Amino acid sequence: MNRQLLSGDEAVALAALHAGVSLGTGYPGTPSTEILETFFRLGGRAQWAPNEKVAMEVALGAAFAGGRALVTMKHVGLNVAADPLFTAAYTGVSGAMIVLTADDPGMSSSQNEQDNRRYAVAAGLPMVEPSDSQEAYDFFLRAIEISERWGIPVLYRMTTRVCHSKSIVAPHPETAPATRAPHFEHDLPDRVMIPAYARPAHLRLRAKLAEIAVWGETCDLNRQVLGSRALGIVASGISCQHAAEAAPEASMLTLGLTYPLPMELLRGFAASVERCLVLEEGDPVLADALLAAGIPVEAKADVFRFGELDVARVRRILAHDLSPEAKALSGKAPELCPACPYHTVYNTLRKHDCIGSGDIGCYSLGVLPPYQVMDTLVDMGASIGVGLGLRHTLPPDQARRVVSIIGDSTFIHSGITGLVEMIYNPPPTGHVVIVLDNGTTAMTGQQEHPATGRTLEHTRTGQVSIEAVARALGIPSVTVLDPHDDPDGFERLLLERLAASELSVIVARRPCVLAAADIRRWELHATARVLPQLPDGACEPAGAAR
Amino acid sequence: MSATGARVTNVVMAGLGGQGVITASDILAEAALHAGLDVKKAEIHGMSQRGGLVSSDVRFGERVFSPMVPPGEADYLLLLAPTELDAMAWCLRPDGVVIGTDLVSPDHLPNKRSLNVALLGALSVHLDLPPELIREAMLAALPEKLHATNEHAFEIGREAALARRAAGG
Ligand SMILES: Cc1ncc(C[n+]2csc(CCOP(=O)(O)OP(=O)(O)O)c2C)c(N)n1
Repeated sequence: MNRQLLSGDEAVALAALHAGVSLGTGYPGTPSTEILETFFRLGGRAQWAPNEKVAMEVALGAAFAGGRALVTMKHVGLNVAADPLFTAAYTGVSGAMIVLTADDPGMSSSQNEQDNRRYAVAAGLPMVEPSDSQEAYDFFLRAIEISERWGIPVLYRMTTRVCHSKSIVAPHPETAPATRAPHFEHDLPDRVMIPAYARPAHLRLRAKLAEIAVWGETCDLNRQVLGSRALGIVASGISCQHAAEAAPEASMLTLGLTYPLPMELLRGFAASVERCLVLEEGDPVLADALLAAGIPVEAKADVFRFGELDVARVRRILAHDLSPEAKALSGKAPELCPACPYHTVYNTLRKHDCIGSGDIGCYSLGVLPPYQVMDTLVDMGASIGVGLGLRHTLPPDQARRVVSIIGDSTFIHSGITGLVEMIYNPPPTGHVVIVLDNGTTAMTGQQEHPATGRTLEHTRTGQVSIEAVARALGIPSVTVLDPHDDPDGFERLLLERLAASELSVIVARRPCVLAAADIRRWELHATARVLPQLPDGACEPAGAAR
Repeated sequence: MSATGARVTNVVMAGLGGQGVITASDILAEAALHAGLDVKKAEIHGMSQRGGLVSSDVRFGERVFSPMVPPGEADYLLLLAPTELDAMAWCLRPDGVVIGTDLVSPDHLPNKRSLNVALLGALSVHLDLPPELIREAMLAALPEKLHATNEHAFEIGREAALARRAAGG
């Protein structure tokens, strides 16, 4: 096939197609979002789940059925999905299961820079890491092989620069392993993790890892290039590329399989050079592992743990240069679009000096001037729990000003259990939750979600009504309104709900200005899919004001 | 200089969300691909649609490793938003060239939205790549109804750069 210029995300999608992945699922999150979108565009079967945990479980089911499953998420998504992940390591899979985590060193669009290589060690799962788009393609096919050969989920770790950088890919679909027809065999001891079955399952997992470690010593995911004896560099991911540029003369051992590590290969490499430097972005995961194994390597200085690496920083690491780095000037910051429906809401919250328990999405821009109406922002869905905690603890005059602010996609992702908590443990002053419903997952590029009633492909499907969920849970006051059309009405309502010692949900509904035209088009073209029969009230048309 | 000793051309493009920085960098990268070169492209586009600074690096040559242009190594800075010069100056080498709105003003274009393509036209005068390849990549990247306006903008950019060169500037 022809050489193509692809991003890492696109290369993975193409590899998934060529590998016959039968189901791609996930939850949007920069920098992973484009993988499923591209997989669908190329003809694959892709769908958005309400959150990463559900996506992980759907993928696991598909892999129990003998299919090849891909589940994608950003790094923090793996925290949400960690529960099924750890036990899926025990059950193993019958088909293939690739768990793709896209990390964001430097936090170009994330709330932390956690290093998900730790998950491979913690869960006991093989981890594969590409360094450019060609490897993103090649290694994906390898990851499928590993997963099927050992019946184990494989963690596929990418980072922002690998996901979003474009480089040349020469695809080779003919080398993809042949697919098998899905089929179910009863196998309770393998898949039912009661303690009696889980104990041997843990032993099985460790035995698989031991075998993979042996295989990893000679597999082509790890590559050695012998250069100068004076300097050897061990690297993985994008650091391999920076190293090749910053130190072209060095001997290099690039690791595509970063768990389990090829310790003998590493030991031999380290012994063959005078100075052996471990070059890794983020936490000193590789360096710590090698030092613990008694392999004499040099780790980068701790300042380079923060932010992403680049060629200039790699040169500094090589030169032991710890002089202060120039701080990049920040350019113009993003801001809410001029016609964004959130302006009215934020004006009102600011005017009345509310304490904003915030959440993550486009609406997080409310943290910036002129509004600064978000006092906390931690993780998706936290607005409700944190808001309740504040209400429980603050003196009444402050408690009454606490408002939880959550987006529609975030509400579906992890806000519903927050409402359950609110019903179960209501603060004495009540509480007010504002759902900013702009009809899309705007932050990550306007993806669909269960409350839009359209699939990843923008076709019609079952729709979850946010207000119906809130009412069904027993929230006494649930109101839907368009804050942009009726700013005074919104202000009156908010003041009334803050004054009442009651539980309230206000759904502020108006489409995102960036998505509005697309939403109209999708609605027009939404080819009717067969809707599942739902009980009355579980499914209301969007826009149904109360 | 790249590892192999062959010269890598480093271009950084910057502007505000919605100005077409990513499209312009895609066009240039495709042109380099079609010229048979190795090429890599990096970008940060977290909240690009919300009007913030967007930048993209394009590197091409015989062999390219890191997708990001190291600080102080950009040969060209294509600057769609003059306000962002301070934020972007870090990338340029001492004799690097800024190609911006002082060369091609958006007001002199048939459509202001073609500024990205006009500046690509200006850049094409400086590059070793055949301008035809950039033009073709541009046409392939844009919907047909925008072709005429953008071909025009590309030419305006080229002429402005040629005129400046003739004037010794
Ligand atoms: C666990 C987790 N998954 C995904 C993300 C990426 N992400 C941040 S906000 C968001 C959803 C935003 O959508 P919505 O709540 O509808 O708000 P909007 O951006 O439309 O204002 C996503 C997917 C994340 N930060 N954390």
